[in-house]
Amino acid sequence: MATELQLTKRYGVKDSYRLKVSLETGGYASLPKLFAMTPEQVVEEVKASSLKGRGGAGFPTGMKWSFVPKNTGKPVYLVVNADESEPGTFTDRYLLANDPHLLLEGIICASFAIGCHTSYIYIRGEFKQQFDRLNDAIDEAKKAGYLGKNIQGSGFDLEVYVHRGAGAYICGEETGLLESLEGKKGQPRIKPPFPAVQGLFACPTIVNNVKTIASVPWIISNGAKNYSSIGTQESPGTHIFGLSGHVNQTGYWELPFGMPMMDFINNYGKGVKGKLKAVIPGGSSCPILTAKECEDLTLTYESMKAHGTMFGTGCAIIMNEHTDMAEVLKNLTHFYADESCGQCTPCREGTAWEDRLMKKILAGEGTVKDLDLMLETADNMEGKTICVFASALAMPVRSFIKKFREDFEKRLIKNTVSVPETVS
Amino acid sequence: MAVQFEQKTIDEFEGIAKRYPVRRAALLPALWLAQREFGWISEEAMVCVAKLVGVSPMQVMEVAGFYTMYQKNKPGKYHLQVCQTIACLLAGSEEIKKTIERVLDLKPGQTTPDGQFSYQTVECLASCHTAPCMQVNDDYHENLTPESTEKLIAELRKK
Repeated sequence: MATELQLTKRYGVKDSYRLKVSLETGGYASLPKLFAMTPEQVVEEVKASSLKGRGGAGFPTGMKWSFVPKNTGKPVYLVVNADESEPGTFTDRYLLANDPHLLLEGIICASFAIGCHTSYIYIRGEFKQQFDRLNDAIDEAKKAGYLGKNIQGSGFDLEVYVHRGAGAYICGEETGLLESLEGKKGQPRIKPPFPAVQGLFACPTIVNNVKTIASVPWIISNGAKNYSSIGTQESPGTHIFGLSGHVNQTGYWELPFGMPMMDFINNYGKGVKGKLKAVIPGGSSCPILTAKECEDLTLTYESMKAHGTMFGTGCAIIMNEHTDMAEVLKNLTHFYADESCGQCTPCREGTAWEDRLMKKILAGEGTVKDLDLMLETADNMEGKTICVFASALAMPVRSFIKKFREDFEKRLIKNTVSVPETVS
Repeated sequence: MAVQFEQKTIDEFEGIAKRYPVRRAALLPALWLAQREFGWISEEAMVCVAKLVGVSPMQVMEVAGFYTMYQKNKPGKYHLQVCQTIACLLAGSEEIKKTIERVLDLKPGQTTPDGQFSYQTVECLASCHTAPCMQVNDDYHENLTPESTEKLIAELRKK
Protein backbone atom coordinates (compact mmCIF):
# COMPACT_ATOMS: atom_id res chain seq x y z
CA MET A 1 0.00 0.00 0.00
CA ALA A 2 1.33 3.40 -0.91
CA THR A 3 2.12 5.62 2.06
CA GLU A 4 -0.13 8.64 2.50
CA LEU A 5 1.52 11.83 1.32
CA GLN A 6 2.14 14.18 4.22
CA LEU A 7 4.17 16.97 2.68
CA THR A 8 3.28 17.04 -1.01
CA LYS A 9 -0.38 16.09 -1.13
CA ARG A 10 -1.46 19.50 -2.47
CA TYR A 11 1.23 19.67 -5.15
CA GLY A 12 -0.45 19.91 -8.52
CA VAL A 13 -3.79 21.02 -7.04
CA LYS A 14 -4.89 24.28 -8.64
CA ASP A 15 -4.13 27.30 -6.42
CA SER A 16 -2.73 24.95 -3.77
CA TYR A 17 -1.07 27.92 -2.07
CA ARG A 18 -4.40 29.59 -1.28
CA LEU A 19 -6.00 29.29 2.14
CA LYS A 20 -9.34 28.27 0.62
CA VAL A 21 -7.77 25.29 -1.18
CA SER A 22 -5.76 24.38 1.89
CA LEU A 23 -8.88 24.34 4.09
CA GLU A 24 -10.84 22.31 1.54
CA THR A 25 -8.12 19.66 1.57
CA GLY A 26 -7.58 19.24 5.29
CA GLY A 27 -5.37 22.24 5.99
CA TYR A 28 -5.13 23.41 9.63
CA ALA A 29 -7.03 20.25 10.68
CA SER A 30 -4.42 19.50 13.35
CA LEU A 31 -5.29 22.64 15.33
CA PRO A 32 -8.31 21.40 17.34
CA LYS A 33 -6.24 18.45 18.50
CA LEU A 34 -3.21 20.66 19.14
CA PHE A 35 -5.11 23.09 21.35
CA ALA A 36 -6.64 20.22 23.31
CA MET A 37 -3.12 19.19 24.33
CA THR A 38 -0.70 20.89 26.71
CA PRO A 39 2.53 22.25 25.22
CA GLU A 40 4.43 19.57 27.15
CA GLN A 41 2.28 16.87 25.59
CA VAL A 42 3.03 18.24 22.11
CA VAL A 43 6.77 18.12 22.81
CA GLU A 44 6.42 14.57 24.10
CA GLU A 45 4.40 13.53 21.07
CA VAL A 46 7.03 14.89 18.66
CA LYS A 47 9.75 13.25 20.76
CA ALA A 48 7.88 9.95 20.58
CA SER A 49 7.58 10.25 16.80
CA SER A 50 11.41 10.32 16.53
CA LEU A 51 11.14 13.04 13.89
CA LYS A 52 14.64 14.15 12.93
CA GLY A 53 15.69 17.56 11.64
CA ARG A 54 15.62 17.66 7.85
CA GLY A 55 18.15 20.46 7.43
CA GLY A 56 21.18 18.20 7.32
CA ALA A 57 22.29 17.36 10.85
CA GLY A 58 19.35 15.06 11.61
CA PHE A 59 19.01 16.11 15.25
CA PRO A 60 15.85 14.76 16.97
CA THR A 61 13.30 17.58 16.80
CA GLY A 62 11.37 16.86 20.00
CA MET A 63 14.58 16.71 21.99
CA LYS A 64 15.69 20.04 20.55
CA TRP A 65 12.39 21.58 21.62
CA SER A 66 12.77 20.21 25.13
CA PHE A 67 16.01 22.19 25.55
CA VAL A 68 14.09 25.48 25.72
CA PRO A 69 14.42 26.66 29.33
CA LYS A 70 11.16 27.37 31.16
CA ASN A 71 10.13 30.62 32.82
CA THR A 72 13.15 32.72 31.92
CA GLY A 73 10.93 35.78 31.58
CA LYS A 74 12.25 36.20 28.05
CA PRO A 75 10.30 35.61 24.85
CA VAL A 76 10.90 32.34 22.99
CA TYR A 77 11.40 32.42 19.23
CA LEU A 78 10.82 29.84 16.53
CA VAL A 79 12.91 30.48 13.43
CA VAL A 80 12.25 28.47 10.29
CA ASN A 81 15.30 27.91 8.16
CA ALA A 82 14.20 28.34 4.54
CA ASP A 83 17.66 29.32 3.36
CA GLU A 84 17.87 26.25 1.13
CA SER A 85 21.35 26.63 -0.39
CA GLU A 86 23.15 23.29 -0.08
CA PRO A 87 24.34 22.41 -3.58
CA GLY A 88 22.18 19.60 -4.94
CA THR A 89 19.16 20.51 -2.79
CA PHE A 90 15.94 21.99 -4.15
CA THR A 91 12.84 20.62 -2.41
CA ASP A 92 11.98 23.33 0.14
CA ARG A 93 11.63 25.70 -2.77
CA TYR A 94 8.56 23.78 -3.98
CA LEU A 95 7.05 23.25 -0.57
CA LEU A 96 7.17 27.01 0.05
CA ALA A 97 5.63 27.78 -3.33
CA ASN A 98 3.01 25.00 -3.39
CA ASP A 99 1.88 24.76 0.19
CA PRO A 100 2.86 27.72 2.38
CA HIS A 101 -0.16 27.04 4.61
CA LEU A 102 1.22 23.62 5.56
CA LEU A 103 4.35 25.38 6.80
CA LEU A 104 2.24 27.92 8.72
CA GLU A 105 0.21 25.10 10.30
CA GLY A 106 3.48 23.47 11.36
CA ILE A 107 4.73 26.78 12.75
CA ILE A 108 1.57 27.08 14.87
CA CYS A 109 2.09 23.55 16.23
CA ALA A 110 5.78 24.09 17.00
CA SER A 111 5.26 27.57 18.47
CA PHE A 112 2.51 26.30 20.75
CA ALA A 113 4.81 23.50 21.92
CA ILE A 114 7.73 25.76 22.82
CA GLY A 115 5.74 28.78 24.01
CA CYS A 116 6.63 31.06 21.12
CA HIS A 117 4.49 34.03 20.10
CA THR A 118 6.70 35.52 17.38
CA SER A 119 8.14 33.34 14.65
CA TYR A 120 10.39 34.29 11.76
CA ILE A 121 10.82 32.44 8.48
CA TYR A 122 14.30 33.15 7.13
CA ILE A 123 14.14 32.64 3.37
CA ARG A 124 17.02 32.87 0.92
CA GLY A 125 16.99 36.05 -1.14
CA GLU A 126 16.74 34.27 -4.47
CA PHE A 127 13.31 32.82 -3.56
CA LYS A 128 11.41 36.01 -4.36
CA GLN A 129 8.31 34.18 -5.59
CA GLN A 130 8.21 32.06 -2.43
CA PHE A 131 8.78 35.16 -0.28
CA ASP A 132 5.72 36.80 -1.86
CA ARG A 133 3.66 33.61 -1.53
CA LEU A 134 4.51 33.28 2.16
CA ASN A 135 3.60 36.90 2.85
CA ASP A 136 0.27 36.43 1.04
CA ALA A 137 -0.38 33.22 2.94
CA ILE A 138 0.33 34.95 6.26
CA ASP A 139 -2.13 37.74 5.35
CA GLU A 140 -4.80 35.19 4.44
CA ALA A 141 -4.23 33.15 7.58
CA LYS A 142 -4.33 36.23 9.77
CA LYS A 143 -7.60 37.46 8.28
CA ALA A 144 -9.16 34.04 8.84
CA GLY A 145 -8.00 33.83 12.45
CA TYR A 146 -5.31 31.20 11.94
CA LEU A 147 -2.60 33.64 12.98
CA GLY A 148 -2.62 36.71 15.23
CA LYS A 149 -4.46 36.98 18.53
CA ASN A 150 -6.44 34.10 20.03
CA ILE A 151 -6.00 31.65 17.14
CA GLN A 152 -9.31 29.83 16.51
CA GLY A 153 -10.51 30.78 19.96
CA SER A 154 -7.68 28.90 21.66
CA GLY A 155 -6.29 31.86 23.56
CA PHE A 156 -2.96 31.28 21.81
CA ASP A 157 -1.36 34.26 20.05
CA LEU A 158 1.19 34.02 17.27
CA GLU A 159 2.67 36.41 14.72
CA VAL A 160 4.74 35.08 11.82
CA TYR A 161 7.09 37.23 9.74
CA VAL A 162 9.17 36.43 6.69
CA HIS A 163 12.73 37.72 6.67
CA ARG A 164 14.50 37.72 3.33
CA GLY A 165 18.20 36.87 3.11
CA ALA A 166 20.38 38.34 0.41
CA GLY A 167 22.76 35.73 -0.93
CA ALA A 168 25.04 33.97 1.55
CA TYR A 169 25.28 30.18 1.90
CA ILE A 170 26.53 30.47 5.46
CA CYS A 171 23.17 31.86 6.60
CA GLY A 172 21.89 28.29 6.37
CA GLU A 173 24.03 27.59 9.45
CA GLU A 174 21.66 28.26 12.31
CA THR A 175 23.71 30.79 14.25
CA GLY A 176 24.85 32.54 11.05
CA LEU A 177 21.17 32.73 10.22
CA LEU A 178 20.39 34.33 13.59
CA GLU A 179 23.12 36.93 13.12
CA SER A 180 21.67 37.73 9.72
CA LEU A 181 18.19 38.00 11.20
CA GLU A 182 19.59 40.53 13.67
CA GLY A 183 20.81 42.67 10.77
CA LYS A 184 24.45 41.65 10.80
CA LYS A 185 26.89 39.73 8.63
CA GLY A 186 25.91 36.05 8.76
CA GLN A 187 28.95 34.90 10.70
CA PRO A 188 28.26 31.86 12.91
CA ARG A 189 28.45 32.16 16.68
CA ILE A 190 30.57 30.19 19.12
CA LYS A 191 28.54 27.44 20.81
CA PRO A 192 27.68 27.04 23.63
CA PRO A 193 25.48 28.84 24.38
CA PHE A 194 23.22 27.00 21.98
CA PRO A 195 20.33 28.88 20.40
CA ALA A 196 17.76 26.99 22.50
CA VAL A 197 19.19 28.80 25.52
CA GLN A 198 20.48 32.02 23.96
CA GLY A 199 19.56 32.53 20.34
CA LEU A 200 17.76 35.33 18.55
CA PHE A 201 18.05 38.66 20.40
CA ALA A 202 19.75 36.63 23.17
CA CYS A 203 16.46 34.82 23.87
CA PRO A 204 15.67 31.08 23.78
CA THR A 205 15.29 30.14 20.11
CA ILE A 206 14.53 27.00 18.15
CA VAL A 207 15.74 26.88 14.56
CA ASN A 208 14.12 24.18 12.42
CA ASN A 209 14.17 23.39 8.73
CA VAL A 210 11.08 23.87 6.50
CA LYS A 211 10.37 20.16 6.04
CA THR A 212 10.88 19.44 9.75
CA ILE A 213 8.18 21.95 10.65
CA ALA A 214 5.93 20.83 7.78
CA SER A 215 6.08 17.26 9.12
CA VAL A 216 4.62 18.23 12.49
CA PRO A 217 0.89 18.72 11.63
CA TRP A 218 0.59 15.11 10.41
CA ILE A 219 2.18 13.87 13.64
CA ILE A 220 -0.28 15.90 15.71
CA SER A 221 -3.27 14.75 13.64
CA ASN A 222 -2.32 11.09 13.39
CA GLY A 223 -0.18 10.52 16.44
CA ALA A 224 3.46 9.63 17.00
CA LYS A 225 2.76 5.91 16.83
CA ASN A 226 1.39 6.09 13.31
CA TYR A 227 4.24 8.35 12.26
CA SER A 228 6.94 6.06 13.58
CA SER A 229 5.31 3.06 11.89
CA ILE A 230 6.31 4.61 8.54
CA GLY A 231 9.90 4.25 7.32
CA THR A 232 12.48 2.57 9.53
CA GLN A 233 12.94 2.59 13.29
CA GLU A 234 15.77 5.10 13.18
CA SER A 235 14.40 7.07 10.23
CA PRO A 236 10.66 7.28 10.68
CA GLY A 237 8.24 9.14 8.44
CA THR A 238 8.44 10.43 4.92
CA HIS A 239 10.79 12.83 3.22
CA ILE A 240 10.97 14.64 -0.11
CA PHE A 241 13.90 12.98 -1.85
CA GLY A 242 15.57 14.59 -4.83
CA LEU A 243 17.68 13.48 -7.78
CA SER A 244 19.88 15.62 -10.00
CA GLY A 245 22.79 15.00 -12.32
CA HIS A 246 23.11 12.07 -14.70
CA VAL A 247 19.77 10.30 -14.34
CA ASN A 248 17.15 10.03 -17.07
CA GLN A 249 14.50 11.67 -14.90
CA THR A 250 15.61 14.29 -12.41
CA GLY A 251 13.11 15.51 -9.84
CA TYR A 252 11.73 15.05 -6.35
CA TRP A 253 9.38 12.52 -4.76
CA GLU A 254 7.90 12.16 -1.30
CA LEU A 255 8.65 8.66 -0.06
CA PRO A 256 8.91 6.83 3.22
CA PHE A 257 12.48 6.43 4.44
CA GLY A 258 14.15 3.11 3.67
CA MET A 259 14.11 2.65 -0.09
CA PRO A 260 17.35 1.23 -1.53
CA MET A 261 19.28 4.00 -3.31
CA MET A 262 19.58 1.96 -6.50
CA ASP A 263 15.81 1.34 -6.61
CA PHE A 264 15.29 5.07 -6.15
CA ILE A 265 17.68 5.84 -9.00
CA ASN A 266 16.28 3.15 -11.29
CA ASN A 267 12.56 3.41 -10.56
CA TYR A 268 12.17 7.13 -9.96
CA GLY A 269 15.20 8.50 -11.77
CA LYS A 270 14.54 6.04 -14.66
CA GLY A 271 18.11 4.84 -14.44
CA VAL A 272 21.54 6.40 -14.85
CA LYS A 273 22.49 8.05 -18.13
CA GLY A 274 25.41 5.76 -18.88
CA LYS A 275 27.19 3.80 -16.16
CA LEU A 276 27.07 4.91 -12.53
CA LYS A 277 30.36 6.24 -11.19
CA ALA A 278 29.53 8.14 -8.02
CA VAL A 279 26.78 9.55 -5.84
CA ILE A 280 26.83 12.52 -3.48
CA PRO A 281 23.91 11.40 -1.35
CA GLY A 282 22.64 14.46 0.49
CA GLY A 283 24.11 17.73 -0.72
CA SER A 284 27.67 18.69 -1.58
CA SER A 285 28.99 18.58 1.98
CA CYS A 286 28.41 14.82 2.29
CA PRO A 287 31.30 12.47 1.52
CA ILE A 288 30.97 11.00 -1.98
CA LEU A 289 30.14 7.31 -2.55
CA THR A 290 31.32 4.99 -5.31
CA ALA A 291 28.87 2.95 -7.42
CA LYS A 292 29.89 -0.14 -5.45
CA GLU A 293 29.11 1.54 -2.12
CA CYS A 294 25.64 2.43 -3.37
CA GLU A 295 24.70 -1.19 -3.98
CA ASP A 296 23.45 -1.79 -0.45
CA LEU A 297 22.74 1.82 0.49
CA THR A 298 19.24 2.77 1.62
CA LEU A 299 17.63 6.17 1.96
CA THR A 300 17.94 6.37 5.75
CA TYR A 301 20.04 8.27 8.25
CA GLU A 302 21.52 5.00 9.57
CA SER A 303 22.53 3.50 6.22
CA MET A 304 24.23 6.73 5.13
CA LYS A 305 26.14 6.79 8.42
CA ALA A 306 27.16 3.14 8.06
CA HIS A 307 28.57 3.97 4.61
CA GLY A 308 30.71 6.76 6.03
CA THR A 309 28.60 9.56 4.69
CA MET A 310 25.58 11.57 5.83
CA PHE A 311 21.89 11.70 5.03
CA GLY A 312 22.22 15.47 4.70
CA THR A 313 19.26 16.91 2.85
CA GLY A 314 18.21 13.70 1.10
CA CYS A 315 18.86 15.13 -2.35
CA ALA A 316 21.36 13.03 -4.30
CA ILE A 317 23.65 14.13 -7.13
CA ILE A 318 24.30 11.27 -9.57
CA MET A 319 27.44 11.09 -11.71
CA ASN A 320 28.19 8.78 -14.61
CA GLU A 321 31.41 7.21 -15.89
CA HIS A 322 32.27 10.24 -18.06
CA THR A 323 32.46 12.53 -15.04
CA ASP A 324 35.89 13.85 -14.20
CA MET A 325 36.06 13.93 -10.43
CA ALA A 326 38.89 16.48 -10.51
CA GLU A 327 36.58 18.88 -12.37
CA VAL A 328 33.79 18.25 -9.88
CA LEU A 329 36.02 18.75 -6.84
CA LYS A 330 37.33 21.99 -8.33
CA ASN A 331 33.74 23.11 -8.64
CA LEU A 332 33.24 22.41 -4.94
CA THR A 333 36.49 23.99 -3.77
CA HIS A 334 35.48 27.11 -5.68
CA PHE A 335 32.04 27.07 -4.05
CA TYR A 336 33.40 26.76 -0.51
CA ALA A 337 36.20 29.28 -1.06
CA ASP A 338 33.62 31.72 -2.40
CA GLU A 339 31.11 31.14 0.40
CA SER A 340 33.44 31.00 3.43
CA CYS A 341 32.33 33.81 5.73
CA GLY A 342 35.97 34.58 6.47
CA GLN A 343 35.64 34.55 10.24
CA CYS A 344 37.99 31.65 11.12
CA THR A 345 41.48 31.44 9.68
CA PRO A 346 41.57 27.66 9.02
CA CYS A 347 38.42 28.00 6.90
CA ARG A 348 39.13 31.30 5.16
CA GLU A 349 42.68 30.27 4.26
CA GLY A 350 42.02 26.53 3.96
CA THR A 351 39.17 26.77 1.47
CA ALA A 352 41.22 29.21 -0.63
CA TRP A 353 44.24 26.91 -0.50
CA GLU A 354 42.19 23.91 -1.58
CA ASP A 355 40.78 25.92 -4.46
CA ARG A 356 44.17 27.17 -5.60
CA LEU A 357 45.62 23.66 -5.46
CA MET A 358 42.73 22.27 -7.50
CA LYS A 359 43.21 25.01 -10.10
CA LYS A 360 46.89 24.17 -10.26
CA ILE A 361 46.13 20.46 -10.73
CA LEU A 362 43.55 21.16 -13.41
CA ALA A 363 46.02 23.40 -15.23
CA GLY A 364 48.32 20.36 -15.45
CA GLU A 365 50.85 21.94 -13.10
CA GLY A 366 50.18 19.82 -10.03
CA THR A 367 52.43 17.24 -8.45
CA VAL A 368 51.69 14.42 -6.04
CA LYS A 369 52.85 16.78 -3.29
CA ASP A 370 49.89 19.00 -4.09
CA LEU A 371 47.50 16.13 -3.52
CA ASP A 372 49.18 15.44 -0.20
CA LEU A 373 48.96 19.11 0.66
CA MET A 374 45.24 19.09 -0.10
CA LEU A 375 44.73 16.22 2.34
CA GLU A 376 46.92 17.90 4.95
CA THR A 377 44.99 21.14 4.54
CA ALA A 378 41.73 19.23 4.98
CA ASP A 379 43.06 17.88 8.29
CA ASN A 380 43.94 21.40 9.36
CA MET A 381 40.45 22.67 8.60
CA GLU A 382 38.19 20.05 10.09
CA GLY A 383 37.06 20.64 13.64
CA LYS A 384 39.21 23.75 14.02
CA THR A 385 36.59 26.40 13.34
CA ILE A 386 33.46 27.90 14.90
CA CYS A 387 31.02 26.11 12.60
CA VAL A 388 31.09 23.00 10.41
CA PHE A 389 31.57 24.85 7.12
CA ALA A 390 35.27 23.99 6.94
CA SER A 391 34.47 20.32 7.58
CA ALA A 392 31.90 20.49 4.81
CA LEU A 393 34.77 20.98 2.37
CA ALA A 394 37.32 18.81 4.17
CA MET A 395 35.03 15.77 3.86
CA PRO A 396 34.54 15.97 0.09
CA VAL A 397 38.25 16.70 -0.46
CA ARG A 398 39.26 13.58 1.45
CA SER A 399 36.59 11.30 -0.01
CA PHE A 400 37.10 12.44 -3.61
CA ILE A 401 40.87 12.00 -3.50
CA LYS A 402 40.67 8.68 -1.66
CA LYS A 403 37.99 7.11 -3.83
CA PHE A 404 38.81 8.59 -7.23
CA ARG A 405 42.54 9.17 -6.95
CA GLU A 406 43.18 8.08 -10.56
CA ASP A 407 41.14 11.07 -11.83
CA PHE A 408 43.56 13.36 -10.01
CA GLU A 409 46.77 11.46 -10.70
CA LYS A 410 46.28 11.46 -14.43
CA ARG A 411 46.37 15.26 -14.30
CA LEU A 412 49.63 15.48 -12.38
CA ILE A 413 52.99 16.19 -13.92
CA LYS A 414 53.93 12.69 -15.03
CA ASN A 415 57.27 12.11 -13.33
CA THR A 416 55.86 12.92 -9.93
CA VAL A 417 53.06 10.36 -9.90
CA SER A 418 53.48 8.14 -6.89
CA VAL A 419 54.27 4.89 -8.68
CA PRO A 420 56.06 2.47 -6.36
CA GLU A 421 59.67 2.33 -7.42
CA THR A 422 61.00 -1.05 -8.39
CA VAL A 423 64.58 -2.08 -7.89
CA SER A 424 65.99 -3.77 -10.94
CA MET B 1 22.40 64.83 -5.62
CA ALA B 2 21.96 62.65 -2.61
CA VAL B 3 19.44 59.84 -2.94
CA GLN B 4 16.44 59.91 -0.65
CA PHE B 5 13.67 57.49 0.23
CA GLU B 6 10.14 58.43 -0.71
CA GLN B 7 7.84 58.98 2.24
CA LYS B 8 5.77 55.89 1.45
CA THR B 9 8.91 53.74 1.53
CA ILE B 10 9.82 55.22 4.89
CA ASP B 11 6.32 54.35 6.14
CA GLU B 12 6.67 50.83 4.76
CA PHE B 13 9.99 50.49 6.53
CA GLU B 14 8.53 51.64 9.85
CA GLY B 15 5.91 48.89 9.51
CA ILE B 16 8.63 46.30 8.93
CA ALA B 17 10.81 47.60 11.78
CA LYS B 18 7.97 46.94 14.24
CA ARG B 19 8.33 43.20 13.59
CA TYR B 20 11.59 43.12 15.48
CA PRO B 21 12.34 44.03 19.10
CA VAL B 22 15.61 45.59 17.93
CA ARG B 23 15.51 48.16 15.13
CA ARG B 24 18.83 47.08 13.65
CA ALA B 25 17.29 43.72 12.73
CA ALA B 26 15.43 45.56 9.98
CA LEU B 27 18.72 46.37 8.20
CA LEU B 28 18.43 43.63 5.56
CA PRO B 29 14.83 44.62 4.73
CA ALA B 30 15.95 48.28 4.56
CA LEU B 31 18.67 47.38 2.07
CA TRP B 32 16.07 45.51 -0.03
CA LEU B 33 13.87 48.61 -0.01
CA ALA B 34 16.85 50.72 -1.06
CA GLN B 35 17.67 48.37 -3.91
CA ARG B 36 14.04 48.41 -5.06
CA GLU B 37 13.86 52.19 -4.96
CA PHE B 38 17.32 53.19 -6.22
CA GLY B 39 18.12 50.17 -8.41
CA TRP B 40 21.33 49.38 -6.59
CA ILE B 41 23.20 50.02 -3.35
CA SER B 42 25.50 52.97 -3.92
CA GLU B 43 27.49 54.51 -1.09
CA GLU B 44 24.90 57.28 -1.00
CA ALA B 45 22.17 54.68 -0.64
CA MET B 46 24.09 53.13 2.24
CA VAL B 47 24.18 56.49 4.03
CA CYS B 48 20.46 56.83 3.42
CA VAL B 49 19.80 53.34 4.84
CA ALA B 50 22.01 54.10 7.84
CA LYS B 51 19.91 57.15 8.70
CA LEU B 52 16.67 55.26 8.28
CA VAL B 53 17.70 52.33 10.46
CA GLY B 54 19.68 54.35 12.95
CA VAL B 55 23.05 52.66 12.54
CA SER B 56 26.38 53.96 11.24
CA PRO B 57 27.11 54.01 7.49
CA MET B 58 30.05 51.70 8.20
CA GLN B 59 27.71 49.10 9.69
CA VAL B 60 25.54 49.28 6.59
CA MET B 61 28.57 48.98 4.34
CA GLU B 62 29.86 45.85 6.06
CA VAL B 63 26.46 44.17 5.83
CA ALA B 64 25.80 45.27 2.23
CA GLY B 65 29.25 43.98 1.33
CA PHE B 66 28.69 40.58 2.91
CA TYR B 67 25.59 39.65 0.91
CA THR B 68 26.02 39.06 -2.81
CA MET B 69 22.48 40.00 -3.85
CA TYR B 70 22.88 43.64 -2.86
CA GLN B 71 24.23 45.20 -6.03
CA LYS B 72 27.18 47.40 -5.23
CA ASN B 73 27.45 48.39 -8.90
CA LYS B 74 24.57 49.49 -11.06
CA PRO B 75 23.27 46.37 -12.81
CA GLY B 76 21.78 46.24 -16.29
CA LYS B 77 18.05 46.34 -16.91
CA TYR B 78 18.29 42.56 -17.10
CA HIS B 79 20.68 41.05 -14.61
CA LEU B 80 21.70 37.54 -15.72
CA GLN B 81 22.80 35.35 -12.83
CA VAL B 82 24.06 32.00 -14.09
CA CYS B 83 24.37 29.16 -11.62
CA GLN B 84 27.69 27.36 -11.96
CA THR B 85 27.59 24.96 -9.01
CA ILE B 86 27.88 21.18 -9.25
CA ALA B 87 24.49 20.05 -10.62
CA CYS B 88 24.47 22.86 -13.19
CA LEU B 89 28.09 22.02 -14.08
CA LEU B 90 27.08 18.39 -14.72
CA ALA B 91 24.19 19.58 -16.88
CA GLY B 92 26.26 21.95 -19.01
CA SER B 93 26.39 25.38 -17.33
CA GLU B 94 29.79 26.04 -18.93
CA GLU B 95 28.06 26.09 -22.32
CA ILE B 96 25.46 28.54 -21.01
CA LYS B 97 28.19 30.83 -19.72
CA LYS B 98 30.03 30.65 -23.05
CA THR B 99 26.81 31.46 -24.91
CA ILE B 100 26.15 34.56 -22.83
CA GLU B 101 29.76 35.66 -23.08
CA ARG B 102 29.69 35.25 -26.87
CA VAL B 103 26.26 36.76 -27.57
CA LEU B 104 26.58 39.74 -25.24
CA ASP B 105 30.37 40.07 -25.33
CA LEU B 106 30.46 40.17 -21.55
CA LYS B 107 32.61 38.69 -18.83
CA PRO B 108 31.23 37.96 -15.35
CA GLY B 109 30.80 41.24 -13.50
CA GLN B 110 30.34 43.33 -16.64
CA THR B 111 27.42 45.29 -18.10
CA THR B 112 26.68 45.97 -21.76
CA PRO B 113 27.47 49.57 -22.82
CA ASP B 114 23.75 50.26 -23.44
CA GLY B 115 22.96 49.23 -19.86
CA GLN B 116 20.53 46.51 -20.98
CA PHE B 117 22.34 43.42 -19.68
CA SER B 118 24.66 42.66 -16.82
CA TYR B 119 26.09 39.22 -16.16
CA GLN B 120 27.27 37.46 -13.07
CA THR B 121 28.00 33.85 -12.14
CA VAL B 122 26.34 32.72 -8.92
CA GLU B 123 26.40 29.70 -6.63
CA CYS B 124 23.68 27.05 -6.29
CA LEU B 125 20.20 28.45 -6.99
CA ALA B 126 18.39 25.33 -5.70
CA SER B 127 17.30 24.32 -9.17
CA CYS B 128 19.49 21.24 -9.50
CA HIS B 129 16.87 18.97 -11.10
CA THR B 130 16.13 21.59 -13.76
CA ALA B 131 19.78 22.46 -14.44
CA PRO B 132 21.33 24.38 -15.97
CA CYS B 133 19.57 27.39 -14.62
CA MET B 134 19.86 31.14 -14.35
CA GLN B 135 17.99 33.95 -12.71
CA VAL B 136 17.13 37.04 -14.72
CA ASN B 137 16.35 39.67 -12.10
CA ASP B 138 13.95 37.71 -9.82
CA ASP B 139 12.81 35.10 -12.35
CA TYR B 140 14.16 31.58 -12.75
CA HIS B 141 14.90 30.19 -16.22
CA GLU B 142 15.52 26.46 -16.09
CA ASN B 143 16.57 23.52 -18.28
CA LEU B 144 18.62 25.95 -20.35
CA THR B 145 20.37 25.03 -23.57
CA PRO B 146 22.68 27.30 -25.58
CA GLU B 147 19.80 27.75 -28.05
CA SER B 148 17.18 28.62 -25.43
CA THR B 149 19.63 31.00 -23.76
CA GLU B 150 20.23 32.83 -27.02
CA LYS B 151 16.48 32.98 -27.67
CA LEU B 152 15.81 34.36 -24.20
CA ILE B 153 18.39 37.11 -24.66
CA ALA B 154 16.83 38.01 -28.03
CA GLU B 155 13.38 38.20 -26.41
CA LEU B 156 14.62 40.39 -23.57
CA ARG B 157 16.31 42.68 -26.09
CA LYS B 158 12.98 43.23 -27.84
CA LYS B 159 11.11 44.11 -24.65
